[in-house]
Amino acid sequence: MTKTVVRPYGDTTGDGMVQLSFTLPVPHDKRAEGAALQLAAKMGMEPAMLVHARQMGDGYTFFVVYGRVNHVVDLGKVNVVERDFPLLTAKDVNTVVKRRLRRKLSVVGACIGTDAHTVGIDAILNVKGIAGEKGLEYYRELKVTNLGAQVTVPELVEAARVEKADAVLVSQVVTQRDAHLTNTREMSAAFREAFPAARRPLLVVGGPRFDETMAGELGVDRIFGRGTTPREVASYLVSALVPAGAAG
Amino acid sequence: MTRARELAAIAGRPVVELARAHTTVSVERAVLRLAGVSGADPDGIPWVNRLVDAVAADVGLSHGVAVPVFDALAREGLDDLTLLAQKAAAGSVRFAVPEKSRTARAAARKHVRAGLRRIDRRRAERERLVRRHGDPSQRPWIYLIVATGDIYEDIPQAQAAARAGADVIAVIRSTGQSLLDYVPEGATREGFAGTYATQENFRLMRAALDETSAQVGRYVRLTNYASGLCMPEMAVLAGLERLDMMLNDSMYGILFRDINPVRTFVDQRFSRQVHARAGIIINTGEDNYLTTADAVDEAHTVTVSQLLNEFFAHEAGLADWQLGLGHAFEINPDVPESFRLELAHALLARELFPDAPLKWMPPTRHMTGDVFRGNLLDGFFNLAGALTGQGILLVGMMTEAVVTPWLSDRDIALQNVRYVLGAAGNLHEDFAPAPGGFIQRRAHEVLGSAVSLLERIDSSPGGLLAAIADGTFGIMKRPADRGKGLDGVHPHADDYYNPATEILEDRG
Repeated sequence: MTKTVVRPYGDTTGDGMVQLSFTLPVPHDKRAEGAALQLAAKMGMEPAMLVHARQMGDGYTFFVVYGRVNHVVDLGKVNVVERDFPLLTAKDVNTVVKRRLRRKLSVVGACIGTDAHTVGIDAILNVKGIAGEKGLEYYRELKVTNLGAQVTVPELVEAARVEKADAVLVSQVVTQRDAHLTNTREMSAAFREAFPAARRPLLVVGGPRFDETMAGELGVDRIFGRGTTPREVASYLVSALVPAGAAG
Repeated sequence: MTRARELAAIAGRPVVELARAHTTVSVERAVLRLAGVSGADPDGIPWVNRLVDAVAADVGLSHGVAVPVFDALAREGLDDLTLLAQKAAAGSVRFAVPEKSRTARAAARKHVRAGLRRIDRRRAERERLVRRHGDPSQRPWIYLIVATGDIYEDIPQAQAAARAGADVIAVIRSTGQSLLDYVPEGATREGFAGTYATQENFRLMRAALDETSAQVGRYVRLTNYASGLCMPEMAVLAGLERLDMMLNDSMYGILFRDINPVRTFVDQRFSRQVHARAGIIINTGEDNYLTTADAVDEAHTVTVSQLLNEFFAHEAGLADWQLGLGHAFEINPDVPESFRLELAHALLARELFPDAPLKWMPPTRHMTGDVFRGNLLDGFFNLAGALTGQGILLVGMMTEAVVTPWLSDRDIALQNVRYVLGAAGNLHEDFAPAPGGFIQRRAHEVLGSAVSLLERIDSSPGGLLAAIADGTFGIMKRPADRGKGLDGVHPHADDYYNPATEILEDRG
């Protein structure tokens, strides 16, 4: 039986040790250090050791605190999106699409809103890919249209229609004022309005600050967080779009 | 090296000819800004936009706006261009190209010359302040970014950063501003991942840094962006408000913002002529190549772009001391010998451009969110900068790709820089790579690839524009007849007149 309750690990099982750094808007003195320890205590660190304090400018102090937390985590109650599809190689993806779909799978990608950071969508779509893994453009049986940055939602809907998109991939890096959430909701609503449910392309969003469990709330089919690779996205597209067991 | 320069000139020359034969809406708006038009209508559309649009609707832009505007000004009996813009916007003024244009030309030249004199006075003022407060005591200059979106938050952050050791403050622009075909007006408090570049924001920040310069006894420089669709206007506003550096790349807008290539080259040439006059140091954007392509495989595209940027900059009248040519520390740290490769690339740039203040950009691509490893990587970046005598060092943040830098991130990053420069700032005096060793061989290899790429560009029938269209730089294909801002490009008619270019090229 595996243990489901765990504590942070410093150098001994069960010691509960964590490190924490933060800034308080006060000059560095005895009282500031006491305030830092008070915050640590309120966060469940007991006892806490103040190991570093340094004043920055006139009225701010940076602290590093080490200490034992009294919280435990129950692994049985952790809620995450586990990968619920098999991870395929590029070759397998191509074979499945070719045998079962019998046409190229059309993917349209873009950064929407004012977000000009194409690094995410490019990592997934460009041949160059990321971390040694080639992007979706490299997959022979995928037809990829990368619209680039600052694409409006109507432009994206139109491109999806023209390209007969099976899937639409949207990347959002900028998160100021929750722009990534607002933009995603706007996008999913527009697709629901423009396409009948049966013909709506699969909607996939990705970005470093998304919560992967929010897909339903944002009206999309899947959210990919930081560290996602092109291969995971391709495997997901195949599992979601190409009916299993049709052939091959 | 001589060969590489010759090849860059062959690639660049036809593009300069193209730039000399066209104008753009933004060039014409910049001329009007120099002539004294300012402000915006109640909807926030600048009067320069309204005026240029009105002229374009009546007579097109192939003649330039100067003659039609000053002709109309005289006909209407007005002496205020902004008033003329208001009347034009209301539809009560018609523009024409008069048969005899001498009077209108003379009036335009007089107004524009007054604008350029204001820029000259700001340049003299900078020189005076640098003499009074002094330059930074060390090289590289320490360059730090602020970007809250709110100019009134940016100001105390910039002042704190300057007191903590920053020599150059850059205010990052709001995401998306590069694709606006107008310059917003006034002090702004909202932006996405950056603060709008406006004349008023420029003025407020420069005044604040003047105050701090006096306190710290060192002239703190201010940087913004002359890029995107409003490059020429940004250059004028920067000159008028005594900004000290401007990001200004010859191809960045084309490759990374999908701005039409002709638009970019025309705008770029004019903006650089203004920068030359204003004594502004440009920063080019070669680091961007390496954030999208592999920093080892594509190292030579950085060299090619530096050579092209140098050619276009010299042609526009910029001197070597004004060329902050860019490059970056972006090799995957897991690649064996990655630091030696970085040193080879950085030294190559140093040796190719000995009199240019090279702009050394920190790692971003391989900053993973592991802030501890990131801080170590930034330390190596700082060391490479010290070892190879870089001119301007952009301070790397270990929280790159995680958050916009916190106060503590900046403080830790500056400690990192200060430690390395304090401990090894003059190491470049002792550091000479072994003859025929790894670093030298790698530098030769990159230069060789750069020369081959330039040869390929020069031997292709369509030259540089065709190479850009084919995706030679990065894998982005950017044909000359596509991209944003193309409808703002107009070929010169025989009677095209631009008093600013005339004076800047010393023909008036």
